[in-house]
Amino acid sequence: MRSKSLGILVAIGVIALIVYSSAFIVGETEQVVITQFGRIIGKPITSPGLKFKLPVMQEANYFPKNLLQWDGDPGQIPTAEKTYIWVDTFARWKIVDPIKFFTTVNNPFNAQNKLNDIIDPAVRNMITSYRLIETVRASNRPLKRDAEVQPEQQIDTYYSVTTGRRKITQMIMEQAQPKLAQFGIELVDVKIKRINYVEQVRKSVYNRMIAERKQIAEKYRSEGLGEAQVIRGRKERDLKKIQSGAYREAQEIKGKADAEATRLYAEAFGVDPEFYSFMKTLEIYGTALDKNSSLVLSTDSEFMKYLKGYSD
Amino acid sequence: MSWDWEKLKDQQQKQNGPGVPPQVDEIVNKFKDFKFPGGAAIILVFVALFFATSTFYTVKQDEVGIIQRFGRYVRTTQPGLNFKWPSPVEKVIKVNVKRVETEEFGHRSSRTDARSRLATSSDISSVALMLTGDLNVGVVPWIVQYRIKDPYNYLFKVQDVRRLLRDMSEAAMRLVVGDRSVDEVITNRDEIASEAKRVLQEELDYAEAGIHVVTVEMKRTNVPEQVQPSFNEVNQATQEKEQMIYKAEEDYNKAIPAARGEAERTIQAAEGYALDRVNRAKGDAARFTAQYKEYAKAKDVTKRRLYLETINDIFPKLGQKYILDSEQNNVLPLLNLGKENGGK
Repeated sequence: MRSKSLGILVAIGVIALIVYSSAFIVGETEQVVITQFGRIIGKPITSPGLKFKLPVMQEANYFPKNLLQWDGDPGQIPTAEKTYIWVDTFARWKIVDPIKFFTTVNNPFNAQNKLNDIIDPAVRNMITSYRLIETVRASNRPLKRDAEVQPEQQIDTYYSVTTGRRKITQMIMEQAQPKLAQFGIELVDVKIKRINYVEQVRKSVYNRMIAERKQIAEKYRSEGLGEAQVIRGRKERDLKKIQSGAYREAQEIKGKADAEATRLYAEAFGVDPEFYSFMKTLEIYGTALDKNSSLVLSTDSEFMKYLKGYSD
Repeated sequence: MSWDWEKLKDQQQKQNGPGVPPQVDEIVNKFKDFKFPGGAAIILVFVALFFATSTFYTVKQDEVGIIQRFGRYVRTTQPGLNFKWPSPVEKVIKVNVKRVETEEFGHRSSRTDARSRLATSSDISSVALMLTGDLNVGVVPWIVQYRIKDPYNYLFKVQDVRRLLRDMSEAAMRLVVGDRSVDEVITNRDEIASEAKRVLQEELDYAEAGIHVVTVEMKRTNVPEQVQPSFNEVNQATQEKEQMIYKAEEDYNKAIPAARGEAERTIQAAEGYALDRVNRAKGDAARFTAQYKEYAKAKDVTKRRLYLETINDIFPKLGQKYILDSEQNNVLPLLNLGKENGGK
């Protein structure tokens, strides 16, 4: 009784062991290549679930099925105009042919090296064959700038982008992809994560930025001065206009009044000019002569004629 | 793997807890009836317990449960108590689909996040340094907030979603900033943020990362420290410019209304003059006409009278008076004109 139950237990154990070594689970993110004593058997298993193989003899080799990351070694690369820039790229890839992958690369760790060997030179090739602006910009979108300063100094910002970053990364991918196909790898995309000036270049760029800002500042100042002068000029003009306008109007008014007065005088005095001049002269005597005036009168005069005598 | 821990704790409680549950007793008794060896019975009890406890699980309000049967995805379960096949057959992964996670780039918030502690300060500054479209350098820090929108994709489509998100965020932001001038980077933050969000979401969807970008928010964008003074100088120059214009306008406003008043005064004065002149002329004319009317009646005598009256008025006021006989000639040498006056 006791040995029988022990025998059952052992049998269960053996069966369990066989089942355990022949069944295997493939996860959603995995794919499996079955090998028998190292030789690949059948098609790769790409669908998830519970799978079976021959126990002991066959081995399940797991590979990731999902999107994998490749991070490039950041490095200095000269652009077409020989500016050294620092470029950091990354890419995403997946194993599309696990058998090829298994035979050529074997594991994802080795794959990183292969990817390094292929993508890095492709990045380098593309970056060096284009101007920096092509790598930086993605389109010909016009840039809004605070102030435009001397276009000839800023030639690059007016440079019309023909390729752009998206296309450059596209070309990097196109260059690398065929070389990776032999490893059962599909490159999904390549992106430029960071791009920057190297330390030495950065310094001169900063100086350029400073100089540019100084120019802009000066421009603002002189604009201010200019606009202020315009306003001052307008002030001068308006002042003269107002003053002269007032003068003109005043003169016109006065002239009209003078004319009116002249007309009135002429009308009145014209009746007897002789009498007018007589009256006016007498009036003037009264105002023109005073105690400082000396008078020499002849007895011939109307006033003194009686001094010499009276005659009829 | 929190659910593993829960199970383990459950088991431990059952092992160590005071008193063995009644069902367990029954099972133990059952096994005893079969006369299995004691050790084997205990192992079986534990195995059974393990299966039993792994058939149910709770999903919290903000989570969903992703069930994999032998590795294959079979269903998504909603919050509450849920059942599944015991452990080796079905496996549950709980994914929080409501929580909004934050990734920071190029700056560190005050709260110390275990993740951001990994980044060194030099790394932080190089994340934020970017080339702008006019080949200047800007400092652009930002944060990305996201949540999981598709747990299936999130779990199974991409190997390291967080890393993908970080790399993609940087690439997207640089792409957008690379198409803006440094001035735009400083002033148009909102526009850049929304464009970066669009690009990032597009890339994540393309990668089937199962991530929804809630928001991309720009922190204070700036230029590198070394360049900042010159940018401030520009701001200052703008102020100066405005000030100069204001000053000139002030001068204008000071002078012009005064000049207008002055002009008005001149005109009014001229009108006054005109009134004066015309009135006087009218007066003079009226006086003359009136006089003449009377004069015309007796011309000779009036003329004489007026003449003599005037003489009468003037003569006493005059200084020296010399009367010469009309027959006496050449009197001038004798007469020292102005002597009396000159002697004063």
